[in-house]
Amino acid sequence: MKSPGVDQNAAVAALAQQGHSSQVSHRRRQRLGMIGSYLLLTILALLFVAPILFMIVGSLKPDELVLSEAGSLKAFVPTQASLQNYRDVFERVEFGRFLFNSLFITGMIVLAGLVVNSLAGYAFARLHWPGRSIILAVVIALMILPIEAIAVPLFFQVTLLGWRNTYIAQIVPFIANAFSIYLFYTFFIDLPKELEEAARVDGAGTLRTFFEIIVPVSKPVFATVAILTFLTQWGYFLWPLMVTFDEQVRPLPVAIATFQTLPPVQWGDIMSFGVMMVAPILIVFLLFQRWFVEGVATTGTKG
Amino acid sequence: MTQQPLKLKDDTRTALGMAAPALLGLLLFVALPFTLAAVLSFTNLRLGSPLPLEFSGFEQYRRIWLDPSFRRALLNNGIFALVVVPVQTAIALGLALLLNRPLRGMALFRTLFFMPVVFPMALVAVIWTIIYAPGANGMMNAFLEFFSFGLWEPKDFLHDPVLALPAIMLLSMWQGVGFQMVIILAGLQSVPMVLYEAAAIDGSNRWHQFRYVTLPLLRNSLIFVMLVTSILAFRLFDQVQIMTQGGPLDATTTVMYEAVKAAFTQQKMAKGAAMTVVFFLIVLAITILQRLLVKEERAIE
Repeated sequence: MKSPGVDQNAAVAALAQQGHSSQVSHRRRQRLGMIGSYLLLTILALLFVAPILFMIVGSLKPDELVLSEAGSLKAFVPTQASLQNYRDVFERVEFGRFLFNSLFITGMIVLAGLVVNSLAGYAFARLHWPGRSIILAVVIALMILPIEAIAVPLFFQVTLLGWRNTYIAQIVPFIANAFSIYLFYTFFIDLPKELEEAARVDGAGTLRTFFEIIVPVSKPVFATVAILTFLTQWGYFLWPLMVTFDEQVRPLPVAIATFQTLPPVQWGDIMSFGVMMVAPILIVFLLFQRWFVEGVATTGTKG
Repeated sequence: MTQQPLKLKDDTRTALGMAAPALLGLLLFVALPFTLAAVLSFTNLRLGSPLPLEFSGFEQYRRIWLDPSFRRALLNNGIFALVVVPVQTAIALGLALLLNRPLRGMALFRTLFFMPVVFPMALVAVIWTIIYAPGANGMMNAFLEFFSFGLWEPKDFLHDPVLALPAIMLLSMWQGVGFQMVIILAGLQSVPMVLYEAAAIDGSNRWHQFRYVTLPLLRNSLIFVMLVTSILAFRLFDQVQIMTQGGPLDATTTVMYEAVKAAFTQQKMAKGAAMTVVFFLIVLAITILQRLLVKEERAIE
């Protein structure tokens, strides 16, 4: 049964299609392209998330199932879920200690770094002092030195100072950071000078002007530096591996590497350790995602 | 670009006070160790050695050059860079182009692709060690078997001299590609739409738009991500230490792995320092290359 109305519509549509056939096929192609993009993105996203999902699901499974089910899609299904592995981790090692060490070391570097590097960035951007440009050039040159380029001699230095196996060795060398200074410098130099001039006319000193006028309007750069520092420090492995030999001061990355080889090797336990190790940074990331992404993008435009 | 700084009498003293903590830190923990590396590399220093400290010229450099493990390390880092830099940049560019469209849900996909970046490399290495488990039950083996329709023979990736380095490359790309993607995406979003519209009016197709509008404007972003990835390729350490200890048969050893082995495990400070200097020279060469490439483009403009 056809109603005349539908026929008419179809006829109009057919006419319209004749008239704008190229446009319609263009639109159809666009639609197909869109579906194709989503399909491709979904497949890629699944591949990207698979290792993370494998870890989370594995952390909930009895140990023998982690390996026996890894070869099938069951790897991503919590077949016999329990929190036993998490309990095991706390029984077998001092996880709380490692977590505290990581939080303490990273937190101290971030906080002290924000103060020290922002002050230096401000001195370079706004104050007049002899040697300023030359020293700034040296700081910028130091930016290209990765930790690896100084790890060996720094290890020697720390050994001489008697700092091995301490928090100090893991915190103090990383507070001053050339790249952070540079990020603060480029941010401060773009601020309008009128900001400080008014304060100075009122007789406020440089330090007061900095803390009361500049810091409040510079939240974006403080957030960027904090996030980039946190991201690098939380994952540091080489340095704490060299300078620590005691669980009391070891951070999480070294602890998981040791835990991985601690007999009896239990993959489920290792995955629980991994979930708990990445949870703090993953939560911070999901909450402040915009800052993370912008922070990383900044390194691209300023690097 | 430097603006004229505010002029005040107390500036010098205040400025030095403000900059001193950071400058002192950089001096003591970056500049000094770096100089120390250069100096130590010309001595015979070995911790706990009864021999007196002596100047030994280029002896350490001669030794590391004759050290087959160190040569293999240089080769491995080079192969790693040659494969990972173009492949990872291409994938990052592809992802960025896919995400740079006014479609719904792109923010979610961006989050998913970026997520591995926040994972500490030590943890990534541990998870992927499990993924690379030998035998038909291992996840990577099962995956490859499924997609090759059963042609794939189960391998012990991390103990296979041919497959160990590619295995490490794959997880490094998984962890790092989101970082590059975000930088390229920021570059793409700064391309003015007017340029695409103009190109469309001129009747250029999408490939031409990409080739003559997008790529030239992305040039600096692409050079930057390739620089960072090349340097990362030479910094390679965590994955090797955790997954293979440089083996099998030096197939995955790296410059940093050898440097740490010399200085830390064998207490041969001078040898480790010489390797550090070589590492630094490579990083310096890559950086200079990048500066030249960027400069050249500015000159053309």
